[in-house]
Amino acid sequence: MCLALPARIVALEEPDNATVDLGGVRKAISVALTPGVAVGDYVIVHVGHAIGVVDADEAARTLALFAEMAATPGAVSA
Amino acid sequence: MKYVDEFRDGALARGIAARIAAEVRPDRRYSFMEFCGGHTHAISRYGIAELLPTEVRMIHGPGCPVCVLPIGRIDQAIGIALDQGAIVCTYGDTMRVPASDSLSLMKAKARGADIRMVYSAADALKIARENPAREVVFFAIGFETTTPPTALVIQQAAKEDLKNFSVLCCHVLTPSAITHILESAEVRQYGTVPIDGFVGPAHVSIVIGSGPYEHFAEEYRKPVVIAGFEPLDVMQAILMLVRQVNEGRAEVENQFARAVTREGNLAAQRAVSDVFELRERFEWRGLGEVPYSALKIRAAYAAFDAERRFELHYKAVPDHKQCECGAILRGVKKPTDCKLFGTVCTPENPMGSCMVSSEGACAAHYSYGRFRDVKVTVEAV
Amino acid sequence: MTIKKDYVRPLDIKHGRVDMNHGAGGRASMQLIEEVFARAFDNEFLKQGNDGACLPVPSEFLEGGRMVMSCDGHIVSPLFFPGGDIGCLAVHGTVNDVAMMGARPLYLSASFILEEGFPLADLKRVVDSMAAASREAGVPVVTGDTKVVEQGKGDGCFIATTGVGVVPRGVAVGGANAKPGDMLIVSGTIGEHGVAVLSQRESLEFETQIVSDTAALHTLVAAMLRAAPPGAVHVLRDPTRGGLGTTLNEIARQSNVGMLIEEAAIPMLPQVEAACELLGLDPLYIANEGKLVAAVAPEAADSVLAAMRAHPLGVSAARIGAVVADEHRFVQMQTRFGGKRIVDWLSGEPLPRIC
Repeated sequence: MCLALPARIVALEEPDNATVDLGGVRKAISVALTPGVAVGDYVIVHVGHAIGVVDADEAARTLALFAEMAATPGAVSA
Repeated sequence: MKYVDEFRDGALARGIAARIAAEVRPDRRYSFMEFCGGHTHAISRYGIAELLPTEVRMIHGPGCPVCVLPIGRIDQAIGIALDQGAIVCTYGDTMRVPASDSLSLMKAKARGADIRMVYSAADALKIARENPAREVVFFAIGFETTTPPTALVIQQAAKEDLKNFSVLCCHVLTPSAITHILESAEVRQYGTVPIDGFVGPAHVSIVIGSGPYEHFAEEYRKPVVIAGFEPLDVMQAILMLVRQVNEGRAEVENQFARAVTREGNLAAQRAVSDVFELRERFEWRGLGEVPYSALKIRAAYAAFDAERRFELHYKAVPDHKQCECGAILRGVKKPTDCKLFGTVCTPENPMGSCMVSSEGACAAHYSYGRFRDVKVTVEAV
Repeated sequence: MTIKKDYVRPLDIKHGRVDMNHGAGGRASMQLIEEVFARAFDNEFLKQGNDGACLPVPSEFLEGGRMVMSCDGHIVSPLFFPGGDIGCLAVHGTVNDVAMMGARPLYLSASFILEEGFPLADLKRVVDSMAAASREAGVPVVTGDTKVVEQGKGDGCFIATTGVGVVPRGVAVGGANAKPGDMLIVSGTIGEHGVAVLSQRESLEFETQIVSDTAALHTLVAAMLRAAPPGAVHVLRDPTRGGLGTTLNEIARQSNVGMLIEEAAIPMLPQVEAACELLGLDPLYIANEGKLVAAVAPEAADSVLAAMRAHPLGVSAARIGAVVADEHRFVQMQTRFGGKRIVDWLSGEPLPRIC
């Protein structure tokens, strides 16, 4: 609910830190709450911490759903 | 920005808006409460209300932790800084909240209090390490999203055996607040509002999971759709709520599946339960005392509890008599129903919780939407 | 060992610091002025060496032109930031304020308030940068002053500048001149200066390639005025503190009009957008130091825009909306998303949000 943005992990640093990239801006954050993340993963960043990982498949599914919902106004939903 | 821009696509927005308009029953009204301040802000900032049919009304709930932070707690923070000479670290949002004696953290700073804005709890810890001769207090506010980072710094402070660091814990809980809205005795005073469903908070849900909302759906027969943060997420969630209402369903649906699971973030939950426990009661600005709705620091970490360290007592401070925040937070009244709105009470001079943070219903309406209150005929030449 | 006659030990720029003597008005003051300020600014007016500078009357004045004067205080922190420093910022800021009147900037004055202990090396760096900016803009610093305050009473270095210029007869540019129907034009991408400065603040530390856009805009303004029929450029303003959002509201208020702008038309670098997202800031309220907003009569908009785009400081100039009649003086914005909202006055200082 609070301001949090999806950002890509570009580097991991011991013990629990990482550098993320959002649109070309880089920031150092903690990944203590998302153990097991890897470079290339997208995490949701809030107050300097990664609080969750973005599931790429689900994201794609959601986008596809938007497109479907937006495509045929008036059509009955499945 | 990946995972951001795609979820703000204007063309898709129009399509979904058309779909919502097509599916609402013309003989029905739909009132949905978006609990989370971030959603309130998104709805205002992107002008989503304009894209919805008139049958759908969005009610802004008390999901803004700055808004529901009682004056008495800010007084405590100011007291620690002014009277005890401690360095008080806080997130930016809290700086402007007006407290007693015409003070705010920002005004106390102007009076000489050492109050520092931090972006992260870890920054407060850093300040403590760099100033071993001073007491450093982190004024911790926020819902379940912000609590795990606070838990981590307390664990870290314990590991380092820091002698000069403590936390003034004002973390609050979402499900309790929602329950309180649905069944508090005071609702009778203000009148009930038929809330047909909830847009569930995005980031709180990443931490607590979608599980805790199943209770509302079952017991109160209200649908909950957990929505992502972006405007398309919110619109899709509204469409899903409309469908649930039309089909007579009351389920928990997860629109934010790309980040929210049923269990939530277990590492975060573990950290929180290690450090914190429930308070029996806690005052929410505008809502009064809400049972089991907030956290305090466990005895094991007592050394880092500012309330114990500074022997703080809580003194409740009432809001202005004519402030309608309580009713507005419950969705019973609108900002424009409040006599103080826009005149005495403005973002510059906020009288109550709803105007204080840019996500409060009154602030959002004032800053982004008040042009709808007046007849503005604008012709682009 | 032979000591040269009249030998004066030079200031230790590398390791020395400003001390109370430098502000006392005696020999130490004079040495500071000669070795740092006069050496850098070096122009015929400053060389007069008097309490005030004696300046020639510009030709426009003799033909019915009017004098323009503007002043500014510069307190930026940190003093040195990506893309600039307090020195060049001071020159650009005041040159721009004068230029926003449609005036040709002529001269600058500079008053320095230095904190005891301020490193001379930093002072030299600031002054040299200021002198370079002044030379590049063609606007000399003709008179100045230096004071020193005790340690703890000043944030290193504050600079106050005054600029004078002349506006030729027939040119009247002002915030109250916007008319319904005017095109609103912005000279380039917004939000860079504020983000560049914020990126240096401790506790907000983030890495970005964003540099401040600080620049002197008077030649851009001259090009715009040349390209437009007389009187067609109604308003010019540089959106500094408070950003584009505040500036548009100021103009709306002064001119008693409303505005309708399109979010999608506002030029912005993706990194600025990302940085603002990350910090919870609205780019509309972030300071710019090398951009301007103009309200231009609709028939002149195309030629003005073309002239801007042909100038190095206006390559990204864009039409962002129009002035409309509105007694409420709202600045309305069509969001990228499709809905409408108002762009209100900035409330307080833009503090990064968590929620």
